[in-house]
Amino acid sequence: MHKEFIMGNAAIAMGALASGVNLVAGYPGTPSSEVLETVAKKRKAGTYVEWSVNEKSAMEVAAGAAYAGARVMVTMKQVGLNVASDPLMSLEYVGVKGGMVVLVADDPGPISSQTEQDTRTFAMFSKLPCFDPSAVAEAYQMVQDAFALSEKYGTPVFLRPTTRVCHAYASIDLKDESEYQVHRPEGFVKDSKRWVIFPRLSFANHAKIELRNDELRAEFASYEGNRITLGANGIRKGVVAGGISYAYVQDAIEKLPAEVRPRLLKIGTPFPFPEPLALEFLEGLDEIMCFEELDPVLERAMNYVVGHNLLKIKVLGKISGNLPRSGENSIDGVLKSLREFTMAPAQECAGTELAPPQLPVRPPVLCAGCPHRASFYAVKRAMAGKKTIFCGDIGCYTLGNAQPLDMCDTCLCMGAGLGIAQGVGHIEPDTECFAFVGDSTFFASAITGVVNAVYNQARMTLVVLDNSTTAMTGHQPHPGTGKTMMGEVVAKISIEQVLKGIGLTVVETVDPLEHAKAVETVKRVAAEPGVKAIIFKSPCIAIVPPHEKHTVDSGKCVKCKRCIKELGCPALYLSSGEVRIDPSLCTGCTLCAQICPTHAIGACHE
Amino acid sequence: MNKNIVLCGVGGQGTVLASKLLAAAAMQHGIPVMSAETIGMAQRGGSVFSNIRLGEGVHSPMIEKGTADLILGFEPGEAVRMLPFLKPGGTVVTNSCAVVPASASLSGFDYRGETMVGYLRKTVQKLVVVDGVTACSALGSPRVLNMVLLGAAVRTGELGLSLEDLLAVLPSQVRPQFVDLNQKALTSDL
Repeated sequence: MHKEFIMGNAAIAMGALASGVNLVAGYPGTPSSEVLETVAKKRKAGTYVEWSVNEKSAMEVAAGAAYAGARVMVTMKQVGLNVASDPLMSLEYVGVKGGMVVLVADDPGPISSQTEQDTRTFAMFSKLPCFDPSAVAEAYQMVQDAFALSEKYGTPVFLRPTTRVCHAYASIDLKDESEYQVHRPEGFVKDSKRWVIFPRLSFANHAKIELRNDELRAEFASYEGNRITLGANGIRKGVVAGGISYAYVQDAIEKLPAEVRPRLLKIGTPFPFPEPLALEFLEGLDEIMCFEELDPVLERAMNYVVGHNLLKIKVLGKISGNLPRSGENSIDGVLKSLREFTMAPAQECAGTELAPPQLPVRPPVLCAGCPHRASFYAVKRAMAGKKTIFCGDIGCYTLGNAQPLDMCDTCLCMGAGLGIAQGVGHIEPDTECFAFVGDSTFFASAITGVVNAVYNQARMTLVVLDNSTTAMTGHQPHPGTGKTMMGEVVAKISIEQVLKGIGLTVVETVDPLEHAKAVETVKRVAAEPGVKAIIFKSPCIAIVPPHEKHTVDSGKCVKCKRCIKELGCPALYLSSGEVRIDPSLCTGCTLCAQICPTHAIGACHE
Repeated sequence: MNKNIVLCGVGGQGTVLASKLLAAAAMQHGIPVMSAETIGMAQRGGSVFSNIRLGEGVHSPMIEKGTADLILGFEPGEAVRMLPFLKPGGTVVTNSCAVVPASASLSGFDYRGETMVGYLRKTVQKLVVVDGVTACSALGSPRVLNMVLLGAAVRTGELGLSLEDLLAVLPSQVRPQFVDLNQKALTSDL
């Protein structure tokens, strides 16, 4: 054992390595990405790792390896689970041979996501066991427990941390390499009765799964991740909590007077729910409150236990309307609710202070010099005055919706922009329909959308924003980059060739930072019939060195502010009425210089 | 020793490295550390924060309002935004130089660092103001703002850590070619 200060996601990776994981596959997504990245960094020769093209591919690759007896982990964020759910829902019935941990990071808030879906609910839906860590150290332990459980029962097992566990750091005890398990896969053994899903197999295995989950309800009652902490003597109130909310409750309870401290039930396996432990917890209580984020999973389970055992205990939480139904929890919120619940005296408020001055709002924006800004601006100029729809997608370029660009009319899920553009076009034939998609998203889930458009005779323009990386989630490689997570240099898959292979005849590649040429290309391509594509190719500013920084010649500047009003680049700002460029942000992309009517912007020659 | 520290600023200013350095310094003394970071979409020019909690008996990586011993503001408006987390009598160390968001330039909101610092002077007794732009240009790099501010925070004595503690762990946290520059920034008292 040794101590390390480590991020929750890195701890999960280290726990998987300590369990002798043989294969890890995933698709990047906040807050999950660092798990696979850490495996790639710390792995030894016996571990294969890949960024798959999407979560469905990752799940299938991992399933195959687990069929061959390997210990595997699949990593994704909560919305990625929707993509992977088709193989997973069937895999539930087939089962696995080697241990399989499905790591799905949930994002209460949501902070960097489209939805506030709850993987604990998905666990119930898919009937798969689920571990829910409340801290970094527990996440490290639980991934190891999940591997053991998975192999014992031959089933995939969920580990679902949330953002505040994934991105928390803590100094925790880690195993030394000499303590790691070594797992040698037996290999795939042919047995079509086991590995080929047919109605008869699903029927038989469904019954076994229900029996197994009954068994787990009892087994989990003595699992150390589920436990009771006694409250004040004779206390008749209890609190149930899981995930990061348990940590908030622990901190908050210590602030309550000792005589009102409630009994505490921590749930680390929300499914199957450890009913015998819950029953023991409820003994002698009149009222309980459930603290959790996202769905009221614990509250529902406690209501079930109370009802099932004909108890007269009041269950408070989200369903009862006592606690917020959406968003993140906080220590402050938990403490306030706990004070009310335990009837502890309210905290004295600090005297009213001087009201703070107006603060600037800081929505996330495209970086200074981002080539997406130039791409959006080129399409905007080219299509000015026309009836258009600009369908966006998932990635940094969703930020193209911000003023002043205002170039993202819709955004739904990975790859959806293509379908939405087609659908709008079928109803409004006079609208110029555009779909914007990034290079990583193109490979992940846009290709079928292009095939659909070509086959069904849509009229639309596909704009691929190719910045040669997966920027939003931290610059992961993808099929177009020619690099793998195993460190190999491989042939790049050409987006242009893919599109031509599907049957597009007009596919033009242009540098968006050549503004006039980019505008001209958009005008020309948009006028073509059928499905056609523009590939705006320019690397993400975070992966290439900056060019010469630019500056404003105040003698030539007529203060029209066109650069600021049209581009919204964070490097451009007003200081006492003068337009300035922040040298610490400027990357020398030259877009502002190209649109300045008086040529007042140029490179600074230091 | 139990300490709650808030680092705040704008995505890209280097709060994450600063918090890792603090954590490493504390761990050298065997002090348990927990922290929480902003990662993801907000990193693109949005408001970001790190919570750092030093000491035994801590459960949550997030800090409760009114309990921070020290707020280290990489940007004065962000320091003001985080003030509700400061404990009564707590310390604020802030950069005086504002980062003007595109939204302010577009809406004509005349956002100034002076207004923010003025407010902090009226409301915070223990306040240290650092001119980050001047300090960084003296050191020859805009990338060392985090070390300049961290140095100023340590000098207040509120962290229970010394400059030597930070210098000792610096080489484990930054690339070898940047160790000298960061050392200079940490120890510069401009």
